[in-house]
Amino acid sequence: MLSRIAESLFWIGRYIERSDGTARILDVHLQLLLEDPWIEESLACQSLLHLMGSDAPADRLLTRKDVLATLAVDRQHPASIAYSVKAARENARRAREIVPTELWECLNTTSARMPRKVASEKTHDFFGWVRERSALAVGIVESGVSRDDAWHFFNLGRSLEQADMTARLLATRSLTVASGPSWTTILRSCGAYESYLRTYRGVPSARNAAEFLLLDRLFPRSVVFSISRAEQCLREMEPRTDRVGVTDQAQRVLGQIRSQLEYRPIMDILNDLSTQMDIVQEAVSTASEAIGDRYFPTSAVPTWTGEAS
Amino acid sequence: MVDLFTGYGANAALRAERGAPSAWDEMFPDLTSLTPVEARAAYKDVFAALAKMTQEELRGRTAALASSYLAQGVTFDFAGEERPFPLDAVPRVIEQEEWITVESGIKQRVRALEAFLADIYGPQAAVHDGVIPAGLISSSNHFHRQAAGIVSANNVRIQVSGIDLIRDEVGAWRVLEDNVRVPSGVSYVISNRRVMAQTLPELFVSMRVRPVGDYPNKLLQALRASAPASVDDPNVVVLTPGVFNSAYFEHTLLARLMGVELVEGRDLFCSGGRVWMRTTAGPTRVDVIYRRVDDEFLDPLQFRADSQLGSPGILMAARLGNVTIANAVGNGVADDKLVYTYLPDLIRYYLGEDAIIPNVDTWRLEDPLALEEVLDRLDELVVKPVDGSGGKGLVVGPAASAAELATLRTQLLKDPRGWIAQPVVQLSTIPTLVDEGMRPRHADLRPFAVNDGTDVWVLPGGLTRVALPEGELVVNSSQGGGSKDTWVIGTEPDFFSESSARNIQGLVADQAANTRSAGTHAVDHSPQDKPLGDNTEQQQQQQQQASAAPAPQRKAGEC
Repeated sequence: MLSRIAESLFWIGRYIERSDGTARILDVHLQLLLEDPWIEESLACQSLLHLMGSDAPADRLLTRKDVLATLAVDRQHPASIAYSVKAARENARRAREIVPTELWECLNTTSARMPRKVASEKTHDFFGWVRERSALAVGIVESGVSRDDAWHFFNLGRSLEQADMTARLLATRSLTVASGPSWTTILRSCGAYESYLRTYRGVPSARNAAEFLLLDRLFPRSVVFSISRAEQCLREMEPRTDRVGVTDQAQRVLGQIRSQLEYRPIMDILNDLSTQMDIVQEAVSTASEAIGDRYFPTSAVPTWTGEAS
Repeated sequence: MVDLFTGYGANAALRAERGAPSAWDEMFPDLTSLTPVEARAAYKDVFAALAKMTQEELRGRTAALASSYLAQGVTFDFAGEERPFPLDAVPRVIEQEEWITVESGIKQRVRALEAFLADIYGPQAAVHDGVIPAGLISSSNHFHRQAAGIVSANNVRIQVSGIDLIRDEVGAWRVLEDNVRVPSGVSYVISNRRVMAQTLPELFVSMRVRPVGDYPNKLLQALRASAPASVDDPNVVVLTPGVFNSAYFEHTLLARLMGVELVEGRDLFCSGGRVWMRTTAGPTRVDVIYRRVDDEFLDPLQFRADSQLGSPGILMAARLGNVTIANAVGNGVADDKLVYTYLPDLIRYYLGEDAIIPNVDTWRLEDPLALEEVLDRLDELVVKPVDGSGGKGLVVGPAASAAELATLRTQLLKDPRGWIAQPVVQLSTIPTLVDEGMRPRHADLRPFAVNDGTDVWVLPGGLTRVALPEGELVVNSSQGGGSKDTWVIGTEPDFFSESSARNIQGLVADQAANTRSAGTHAVDHSPQDKPLGDNTEQQQQQQQQASAAPAPQRKAGEC
């Protein structure tokens, strides 16, 4: 498989998952702003912007509208849903000959229908739509793509992005109260609320919720689950078994971070959650780069500069 | 600008001319003008937000509310067709100060009812002391001797109550009926709030509406607290009659939000004095049953032998203290409308307090003098059967035909114990969007209270049900009723606990600060989709132009 194609598939996976994750996070947090009157809106919005890795203007008060305008529909803003949707579509276009037609049409339509403005009473519908489109794209790949390298690269991208999104969410430990509600919000952001309630019999506690989202081996959006799946994709792309150690840099990074999380006492992680989650995000970025260096070396050579003049 | 409310006062003005009693309107103090201009303090913000909308706009939002409910499956069956549960776009607003009175009134009533039930199924001291006649208790359809001696570990019988309140012609709260068997409707409170926030966000802005999402958690805690003492980690289940029950949505919602199993009668069996459920992992012990099945269907060994909805032996297990049934069996006696008339006395007897929220004046028809008076004035009173709930069998005198009144008269003479009579109370009205536009419609309120044995917690708000036909006083969802989201608004953010509110602010600030100090992680991007410094796309385009451009030139050269 061409490196360029593999790279596109990898990023399609990441961008689809990112638009889905961003929509979930925004939906739940913006809704909470309405339902819980004791949250300071501007601070919460700032925090939300930071959570998604973008700088907030410090000189003025922020409102829901600003968050929506920035993180949902701004096509120029690198962390926005619109940007991810567009990027997924661009990547599919670059790998058009490999990407199944159904998937291409799905991503293309999503990108074309992406609204430029969302009225405040339509936000929930909008986020719902984004989630549906992502689910559709993932479903098309799940049901119609052979389990070859193309599939592995797609899944690798998805898994890494999932780990990143969940870690981001955990890092801020949300924008509200320390006890029940904020964990409820985080769980709902990941679509994990109902699974969590069934698993832990509905007693919300910081420890349980963090444990579930970080370490649960069965819940597909938990950090450990996502990282394990990424590792599995890497292993299956290169099924060689060495007698000693691991040579692949990405596998090494992911294995390290997973062991760190799995074998450390949960309270240690909780007491220092934002730093720990920073490390996870760092590891994901490093792994992503390592995968790039190894499998998509061409991306380092943009050679058009000379010809433009 | 206030076109939405045009003609709102028309009917009230007409009634005032005829000298008929007029209802208390919760939004507008003065209804004599056709189009009201000034709202009460509680409704100021809502009125201002609504006044900015046109009727079409609000109808559009109402349609959105309905389609969201259709998608979620919050529906009821209407002539074999699924209809969305009707939710009106205008919320009911209650100010925190007023709510405190309502809340304490509910708490008081629940405590009195608990004491009453414990007494009736125990020593019957109130009967001996002559507070309530023995005949009244034993003649109640819902007094079950089988329930005597069954007490949960924390002595709570009314884990959940839904006491119906109304506001009379001067706006004072009154208790309409007690409901401590299996009150339903709380799921609508939770889902109404969610869908309102999604569809009408601008109404919430600048209002501090107390959230309602905590209910499932409180309920679970109360259920766990009532578990048999020997159990460490009680297994709670919700018992539903099945998918055809009209409240099935509520049962699934509560089970889902509590993270517990939703069981039907056939999933349970009793053995060795315990209750078990059939699971793939073999029989699993059940410790607390939050049952949404009526007493009569709970245990075919004790009640209706033909019941498929319960499980034989369940009551024996409860008697042995191996399982808690919530709410307790036999609570229905407290819902008896004749017992209701004694409640102010019972509150004084058990708690030594006066009732905070008064009853509606009621005639006891067993008293011959009262019966005579009621029969005389049948066409101006409301007559209700004592064991019906939610307006079942109720006759409104002024609205009834002569034939109906005649039938009622014979019924009353035959069975005076079975009926009570009350004056017609004009329930308070709230603006509601109906076909003609925004109009006043009568509404009641069902606040839900959860008793965990140490405290009675009242859900801030509750279910407001509104009668949609004009002038209709019977408010019930089975009789064409709608609902409203009910907002308790705190006038100041740190009302119930200054320190906690300040803590929250602090926490938010802390966390915002935290994120900043930890440094923000920009999202990764594919090298080709990087936001800045990416000019490959332009270069590619330029290159196409460059390669396309020379061609015509060459052509031109050839010519």
